Amino acid sequence: MAQVTVRFFARYAELTGCESAAVRVSDNSATVRDVLDRVRETVPGARSLPARPLAALNLRQVKLDARVSDGDEVALLPPLAGG
Amino acid sequence: MMTHLTRDPISVDSLLAEVHSVERGGTCVFLGTVRDDDDVTGIEYSVYDDMALAEIARMLDEARGRWPETRLALQHRVGFIPVGEASIVIAAAAPHRDAAFAACRYVIEEVKKRLPIWKKELHADGSATWVDPSGKPVAGGLRDR
Repeated sequence: MAQVTVRFFARYAELTGCESAAVRVSDNSATVRDVLDRVRETVPGARSLPARPLAALNLRQVKLDARVSDGDEVALLPPLAGG
Repeated sequence: MMTHLTRDPISVDSLLAEVHSVERGGTCVFLGTVRDDDDVTGIEYSVYDDMALAEIARMLDEARGRWPETRLALQHRVGFIPVGEASIVIAAAAPHRDAAFAACRYVIEEVKKRLPIWKKELHADGSATWVDPSGKPVAGGLRDR
């Protein structure tokens, strides 16, 4: 199994009531989408997250089919509003 | 060199000093300030620090690659910012104006697309709304922009 840290920001942190969580996914061929599915199962409030949120893997925006590895950091990002 | 994220008011003079040189005759500054909309008293900015710093470094590198003679500085303020104060300042100095304008424009457009920063508008009546610049309807009191 691979352990991935998931971080929540802004409105998503309010929905889940936390800023981060650790989830375990299969260590071969698991994707950001699998991490998101585990988050929905294990983090209270996460079922209210949108079906396809913007996501980052190790500080870069990625698509939900990006592969994850043990120790990775996935971030779920509400619509960006910088500037 | 100054940090790209700050919780304090931004000094435009400091950014200008960072890009100034006698070889660069054109300087362009973009200033984004908190707008007085619908009884907004200010905006609370939150940020994914590590990713924001990584993205800023990448977008400044890209701009320097495209306009090699341009010197760039950027600072984004986070935390509570009252109406009328700057949330972001970008300064670009180049030998001639075309490159200064183009590099400055490139960086602010990439900021809008890529920086993991979020705004919560605080209203005079004590209510607060997350701002969604994508304009997509989102449940939970998000204001479409």
